[in-house]
Amino acid sequence: MLLLTCPYCGVSAEETEFHPGGEAHLTREGPGTKNDAFEAYLFYRKNPRGVHFERWRHVYGCGKWFHVARCTQTLEVFGSYSAQVSEPPEEILTKIKDRRPDWSDAP
Amino acid sequence: MSIRLSTGGRLIDRTQTLSFTFNGVRYQGYQGDTLASALLANGQTLLGRSFKYHRPRGVVTSGAEEPNALMNLGTGARFEPNQRATTTRLFAGLEARSQNHWPSLKYDVGALNSALSPLFSAGFYYKTFIHPRPFWKHIFEPVIRQSAGLGAAPTQGDPDTYEHYYATVDVLVVGGGVAGLAAAREAVAAGARVLVLEQGEAWGGRALVDGGDIDGHAPDLWAAQTVAELAQEGAQMRLRTMAAGVYDHGYVLAYERIADHTPGDGRPRHRLWRIRAGQVVTATGAIERPLSFAGNDTPGVMLASAVRDYLSLYGVACGERTVVVTNNDDGYRTALALVEAGCEVPAVLDARPDHDSDLVQQARAAGLRLLFDTGVKKVEGGAHIQRVIAAPMSGNGPSETIACDCLAMSGGWSPVVHLWSHCGGKLLWDDARAMFKPDLTRPPLGAQGQGFVVPGGAASGALLAHEALEDGANAGRDAVRALGLSPASTPLAQVNAQTDETPLRPVWIMPNGADYALRSKAFLDFQNDVKVSDVQLAAQEGFESVEHTKRYTTLGMATDQGKLSNINGLAILADALGKPIPQVGTTTFRPPYTPISMGAIAGEARDELFKPTRKTPMDAWHDDNGAQWEPVSDWRRPYTYTRSGESMDQAVTREILNTRQNVGLLDASTLGKILVKGPDAGAFLDLIYTNMMSTLRPGRCRYGLMCTENGFLFDDGVVVRLNEDTYLCHTTSGGSDRVHAWMEEWLQTEWWDMKVYVANVTEQYARVAVVGPQARTVLERLGGMDVSREALPFMAFSDGTLGNIPARVHRISFSGELSYEIAIPASQGLAFWQACLRAGEDLGIQPYGTEALHVMRAEKGFIMIGDETDGTVIPQDLGLSWAISKKKDDFIGKRAMERSHLASPDRQQLVGLLTENPKTVLPDGAHAVEGGKLPGDAPRPIGFVTSTYFSPTLGRSIAMALVERGSRRMGETLAFNTAKDVWVRAKIVDPVFFDKEGARQNV
Repeated sequence: MLLLTCPYCGVSAEETEFHPGGEAHLTREGPGTKNDAFEAYLFYRKNPRGVHFERWRHVYGCGKWFHVARCTQTLEVFGSYSAQVSEPPEEILTKIKDRRPDWSDAP
Repeated sequence: MSIRLSTGGRLIDRTQTLSFTFNGVRYQGYQGDTLASALLANGQTLLGRSFKYHRPRGVVTSGAEEPNALMNLGTGARFEPNQRATTTRLFAGLEARSQNHWPSLKYDVGALNSALSPLFSAGFYYKTFIHPRPFWKHIFEPVIRQSAGLGAAPTQGDPDTYEHYYATVDVLVVGGGVAGLAAAREAVAAGARVLVLEQGEAWGGRALVDGGDIDGHAPDLWAAQTVAELAQEGAQMRLRTMAAGVYDHGYVLAYERIADHTPGDGRPRHRLWRIRAGQVVTATGAIERPLSFAGNDTPGVMLASAVRDYLSLYGVACGERTVVVTNNDDGYRTALALVEAGCEVPAVLDARPDHDSDLVQQARAAGLRLLFDTGVKKVEGGAHIQRVIAAPMSGNGPSETIACDCLAMSGGWSPVVHLWSHCGGKLLWDDARAMFKPDLTRPPLGAQGQGFVVPGGAASGALLAHEALEDGANAGRDAVRALGLSPASTPLAQVNAQTDETPLRPVWIMPNGADYALRSKAFLDFQNDVKVSDVQLAAQEGFESVEHTKRYTTLGMATDQGKLSNINGLAILADALGKPIPQVGTTTFRPPYTPISMGAIAGEARDELFKPTRKTPMDAWHDDNGAQWEPVSDWRRPYTYTRSGESMDQAVTREILNTRQNVGLLDASTLGKILVKGPDAGAFLDLIYTNMMSTLRPGRCRYGLMCTENGFLFDDGVVVRLNEDTYLCHTTSGGSDRVHAWMEEWLQTEWWDMKVYVANVTEQYARVAVVGPQARTVLERLGGMDVSREALPFMAFSDGTLGNIPARVHRISFSGELSYEIAIPASQGLAFWQACLRAGEDLGIQPYGTEALHVMRAEKGFIMIGDETDGTVIPQDLGLSWAISKKKDDFIGKRAMERSHLASPDRQQLVGLLTENPKTVLPDGAHAVEGGKLPGDAPRPIGFVTSTYFSPTLGRSIAMALVERGSRRMGETLAFNTAKDVWVRAKIVDPVFFDKEGARQNV
């Protein structure tokens, strides 16, 4: 059971206090978009073995959604940050690169 | 014959005699005995029958790894199967029964399987029970069901209580032997919060038997002193508590057996510890390996360490003449201990060439007969060992028969690496000691990427007492450093039992080159009856992966999870594949380390606490007035209110007719209520709902639909606009939490620039629907506000008071009748309900339940989320296109509806159905089938019934269905399949069966 920290209320708590919300930083495809783009938005996920950006909600706490950068292989958590950004903040990327010099977030 | 000696036994108290029964016969044991030691003390060596071949089996070990001595314990409601006699503490009145035999332990019909064992080789299920097909159902399955399984299942509810306990510590030490205690001392000295768990009944671990003196004290005294000091310094110390599993980021589950030995004393029976530890020290010891030779499963053949344990801890000699067979020095300890206790040891068989280690010298000095380069070729004896055939390890040369009644075997030791491995710790093969041990460079990782498990003592490969103590202390210091604390320098305790040892000789089959007859009686997994020959056969048949071989042969899949068999089995597999052992690897270690009770997992979450029921403010009134309850998501709601002598169907019919003719009362408090407030509330709801909400005028109500991004309908309800920037969204009873979370998710993660707050106010309000031609009269009698047609038209609402209770009155109708839905503060819900009943008494007012609600809405053709929708239905399928805005640029689901499949005219659409026979009610879910009449034209389902009732209002059956191109099939008759070869014909009609113009609700 993971230990996660909510960046809003600052609480570090058991995974059971949170609710997972899948991959972070998806771009919503609205009316009029191409079929391929819409299909990818609805169904395609990276599911990497390694560094991953995820959405979580502090559902039994402050109720806020936030993002977590963690490693799906070693379970290391690099950091949590606001859900109201469209890409990981520089500070988080630096933390990841400190521990995973070879990692690249290129798609 | 095993017996109790007149002296000895560190753990027993000979002044306290305990009486217990085994298979109905009364025996005596002592306080401090385990069930196994007490049975051995009484000469009971035959303790059960094996799973597959029903071979006689006796106790092999003295601990948690025991494969054979599984017992049915207790009777009645406290009956429990498959309990290990070796870890069951004896208490007065304990009742134990052996398992897996019929008619008795001594005479067992199933033992015929043993004679047929060549038929039951690896994978025999897969190979045998294939043909002929009918045999499966009538012969194979009934026989297998009868003979499968070990203990019997309990038949009564569990009368005991269980609890969960949460603990957060800096250092968790698992194992109360010298290594664990040394680690705990270091952690406590550095100022850490420490919890120490020991699965057994005593502190000290193997040192109690093998530790010699520690700091000049007997090991039990040293352990007692150390434990007292640790407790004094604030460490929590728990016996009988087994760490079952290590999970992500330092989460550990442990299982404390509080009252197994004091049944019914009122304490919780088991406690599940849910521990969050900064660092975990696994000082879990090591397990001795059996040797693989023919007949190694015969009762009386035991691990050498177990023979020594029973002697030293319980004063029990497992035999009068004990042969020792070993491939390492440790076996000599057993021989020496037996001689010292006055038992006969006719020979020590050492698989290694002649050597002269400290222990060999001591054995020679004690006058023991030592046979080097010698192993056991075979054990003879049926229900008990009678003799050993000793032979040179080469397999060639003269053999010697040695009479004995016990054989102590030692195949070396395997560190207990389970907890290290559970969360990803990797292993190394130590070739010199022939063991897997933790690879300290690859520990399981915590949230910060740090290792959080440190193995110590024998669990790390430091097998001897003095090594283990030092290694444990180092583990404690490592854990402290990992936490950022500074280790204090504590002097290491001194052990006087140091010896120089000759390395072991790995022996996986004894003797070398044993023929098939011998290999097919050499057992690896005692509990699942897997033999050396089975693993070799699996390898020969192409099972190269250890994980596949495990499943094919069932090696290590019994309740002991292969604690004795895994290393021996994979060594045999490696040999058969011609690969080195580390290349074959181990199977995955999974929690729990030993089985834990279902009760402990459940804890207090049982019966009414398993999932608390949500109740409305009027719940008690319903319960007192004939409510027949129905679960609706987490709520309970009255399905109907029966009167004396009335069936449920009769009650529902009465409630419907009364509501349509007079006036009915519905408790609608469960309806979801979400408050949406802010300058952007209207714009936000325009995105959430398919229809336009920003144009709704304050004081008015509008029915709305919510879709997922996939375009599928998932909730519906009436939205009311309270004022310019505030809306109240009503949801389905089951959907309020989901819809609230849905709105929060979109607001926080997609449209976070919108100025909107949402709040779930479902339980702030009670809600009563007053429904029927007399509804207005009832409210007028309560008085306080104008509820006339002019002041409060259909789809309007008004705030005021009714009967002096603050009320928000909505003119909305889910029944087609004149209907008011009134929201009142939850605290006044019951008062308002009773006021309505009094005001309407002479008008014939009656409460109605959810079934009447459902029938009346179906009569009107109103959909129900979950009946007419199933997660693949779009609003257009249900004739709700009018509620999908064409003016809006965007709403959730709009893009999906552009997809060709969702825009297809061939989709299933909602229709009404009238059966040809008006009395016939179609079954829910019945399928309409088309085609199949012409050759080559396969029948296919074209639709199914979604709601179906007998309508008392119409005096006939009605149904709704989703049917392909249904809206273009009006008047068509379809055949619905209701049972094998039974078809019900029904005509497709408009789904609104009653008052299509809405005349009744618009009065």
